[in-house]
Amino acid sequence: MNIIDRRRDPGGKSLANRQRFIRRARALVKRAVRDASAKRSLKDAGKGGDIIVPSDGVHEPVLRRSGRGGKREYVLPGNKKYIDGDRIPRPEEEGGGGGPSADGEGEDDFRFALSDEEFLDLFLEDLELPDLAKREVLGIDELEPRRAGYKSSGPPAALSVSRTIRNSLSRRIALKRPKPEEIAAVEEKIAALEAAGDEGDELAAARAELERMQRRLRLVPFIDPLDVRFRRFEQVPRPTARAVMFCLMDVSGSMDEHMKDLAKRFYSLLYLFLGRRYKRVDVVFIRHTHEAKEVDEDTFFHSRESGGTVVSTALEEMARIVHDRYPANQWNIYAAQASDGDNLPMDNSNTVALLREVILPMCQYYAYLEVGHDGDEPGHSGEPTSLWRAYEMLIGGDAPMAMRKVGHRRDIYPVFRELFQRRDAVAEAG
Amino acid sequence: MSEPTRTAAPRKPRPSTAKAKVAQPPSTLLYEGADWDFDMLGRIFDSVRDIGERELGLDTYRTQIEVITSEQMLDAYSSVGMPLFYKHWSFGKDFARNESLYRKGWQGLAYEIVINSDPCICYIMEENSATMQTLVLSHAAMGHNHFFKNNYVFKQWTDATGINDYLAFAKNYLAKCEERYGIEAVERVIDAAHALQSHGIHRYPGKRTMDLRTEERREQERRAHGEALFNDLWRTVPGKGRKAARKTEVDRRRALLGLPEENILYFLEKMAPRMASWQREVIRIVRLIAQYFYPQRQTKMMNEGCACFVHHRTMSRLHETGQISDGSFLEFLHSHTSVVMQPDFDDRRYSGINPYALGFGMMQDIERIALTPTDEDRAWFPDWAGNGDAYSTLREVWANYRDESVISQFLSPNLIRKMGLFHIVDDKEEDEMVVAAIHNERGYRDVRRALARQYDVARRDADIQIVDVDLAGDRRLELRHHVLDGVTLEEKDADRVLQHLADLWGYQVRLVESDDQTVYAEHKADPMKPFV
Repeated sequence: MNIIDRRRDPGGKSLANRQRFIRRARALVKRAVRDASAKRSLKDAGKGGDIIVPSDGVHEPVLRRSGRGGKREYVLPGNKKYIDGDRIPRPEEEGGGGGPSADGEGEDDFRFALSDEEFLDLFLEDLELPDLAKREVLGIDELEPRRAGYKSSGPPAALSVSRTIRNSLSRRIALKRPKPEEIAAVEEKIAALEAAGDEGDELAAARAELERMQRRLRLVPFIDPLDVRFRRFEQVPRPTARAVMFCLMDVSGSMDEHMKDLAKRFYSLLYLFLGRRYKRVDVVFIRHTHEAKEVDEDTFFHSRESGGTVVSTALEEMARIVHDRYPANQWNIYAAQASDGDNLPMDNSNTVALLREVILPMCQYYAYLEVGHDGDEPGHSGEPTSLWRAYEMLIGGDAPMAMRKVGHRRDIYPVFRELFQRRDAVAEAG
Repeated sequence: MSEPTRTAAPRKPRPSTAKAKVAQPPSTLLYEGADWDFDMLGRIFDSVRDIGERELGLDTYRTQIEVITSEQMLDAYSSVGMPLFYKHWSFGKDFARNESLYRKGWQGLAYEIVINSDPCICYIMEENSATMQTLVLSHAAMGHNHFFKNNYVFKQWTDATGINDYLAFAKNYLAKCEERYGIEAVERVIDAAHALQSHGIHRYPGKRTMDLRTEERREQERRAHGEALFNDLWRTVPGKGRKAARKTEVDRRRALLGLPEENILYFLEKMAPRMASWQREVIRIVRLIAQYFYPQRQTKMMNEGCACFVHHRTMSRLHETGQISDGSFLEFLHSHTSVVMQPDFDDRRYSGINPYALGFGMMQDIERIALTPTDEDRAWFPDWAGNGDAYSTLREVWANYRDESVISQFLSPNLIRKMGLFHIVDDKEEDEMVVAAIHNERGYRDVRRALARQYDVARRDADIQIVDVDLAGDRRLELRHHVLDGVTLEEKDADRVLQHLADLWGYQVRLVESDDQTVYAEHKADPMKPFV
């Protein structure tokens, strides 16, 4: 008997098969992921979890006899009342319909769990941050050890055995250290001569030879401190890109809970997405009525304010914060503005000017989301709002700006995808 | 470890434990509490083996015990429990399902996995308590192990020494193919082969070519027989007249291709006109592995019955000899009874006959009949009832039968009554189901025959054969499903499998479902993406 402890073995033996399965069912899983994300609450928008795909898509067919028709015989245990010749009405097709049974495993659905990583990968697949490369900024602090040759001293853990042995070998060859088999050969020869009783010159020569060899063996060690080499590492600063995300929202009385919810969904998607691309993402919340203020997340989404609506105040606040805390040459700046489209008419020109002169030049991307209600989508049925009209002047050319209208929760994700689709595919969108 | 030296000295290892037992009887508990360590595992195994070999007379492969975590157990599920397996998405699918069921708590994990190899590999989980480890070692390392080594179906069909090497070869070969031809290409072949793997099995051992000496001996026996029976009168009897059985073209063609052939994968591997050689090898790999698992399907119930009987007996003996405490024994009984529980047919938990329950029930019953038979038993089993040697009777049963035959030979009226087995017939022509037989004097034989048929693998699998192909003509592959009791194939699945088959074969494929009177259905498929 042999007992082997396998507990320390590297785990994840099934990972390759799992990845193959997900790749195989990719289209199905992707659809399922999007469906699932629509039903999720905001907090776990990016979490992994249970995914249900139609089992048909990953079905493995085999030749088997069907469950219906023909003459069937069963032997069952636990008879209580039947005697032979009894006739029993045929039971209803149990579970044949394939609806989810008591333990939740329907015939038609295949349910399994995705990790957070896998979920996000599929969720944000083929999305891209525009102009990511243009101003990717070097962070300062991160240092990373990198291999850089060898050195002659160091900690034992960094000992390079192969390099050490190589040095030792070449030194042994250069200094003609006798090999064990050579010594053995001479010893054998001596033994043979002694056995033959031959006490002539040959034996003496052989003995001298052996002594010489043994002396050399002592003088030339197998491994000399000279041979020892250690791996050398250098600390190399690693560029890290960081981003700041500005959330601007109109919180005046005309924005109701539904609109805020839409905005919030959009922000959380954007946050998830930025988090995948940048090591560090800061979020700044600016709410505004006729005056703007930086607030924390909770206040941002939940408190109500009353007052007029002056968008330019928020832009000014943003410019101030960028100037104070997020210098444009060190940060990638993203901004998303949500509003119902109201603005003080006389502020429009001011807003546009601010955007064009100050905000857009320092932004990586500026997204404007106009939220409304399902059915009365502004712009489609009625007149475009004043802010929409004003922003329309900015769109086009090279301005890193996009605007969309959203009326219902289910549109958030498509709109988001549309905004961040790979650039080459949406050159004409605007 | 000191293992090698201990095994080097034969018959030595046992005395150490035996002596320890003698030295301080009777309270030499193997363990106390639930914790275990590796030395303890070794001691437990020695005791278990001592009982298994000395008292039950078991004969096992060497054992290799591997301790794994629950995560690794879950991993093992995705490779059919084998230590090595090739990669394929369907295993990932199984894994994903098991994982999500397990994480939700809807499904527990196996306590052990045992592999039919030499040495016999037992995976045991680190979470098991010391009692569970004892149970698992007697169940798997002794019970299953003995069954693998001695049962004739395993002896005939599997090569326990070679399986691990073969799996390693298969894994490497497929990995190399993936490198050369791309993952998708290999995956497509494996998909198609998996779809057909239930029909990639040789059910009958091939004819062995005889060596010259046997042939000569047989020839002599034949001649002696002929001489002994020689009677000159026969010469005068008018003969039938030599009707030269002229073989038709079709017969000749079929004979050349070895048709009809029920092993579809084998036929494809040898005959498919358009496949590349690496694709043939992939098919062969899937086929041989399916063949390796075939005995397990035929002996599931007996195998578990054997293992349950062995663990039950071993644990009882350990308790009687004071090697495990009362508490441990109760813990064992608790998990034992939940394993061998058989819910009634009208119970919510019922999902078919529990192979552990039936197997264990039969083994216990055989033991009872051998030791203390009733008159009824003597009438039913005159050959061996009351022979007084239960263990050798059981060993004989374990060695020479499979599920179907063991039921038809050894299921006793007593057990039929105890389990309340009854036989119902559900004919779609009738409005209602009929109770054909129950556990009474008139019904025993009928119930027993019906249950044996239920375990007959050859009846459970659809009988599908390749009957004809005209390689010089349109090369259409003709298959026939010999329909039994009017039960046809699951239609959607059959069409999909046929599509795979057409792709492998490269030409049209036709499957006719019929019995002697009726043709039930016909499926056809043309290759859509033939393998080239």
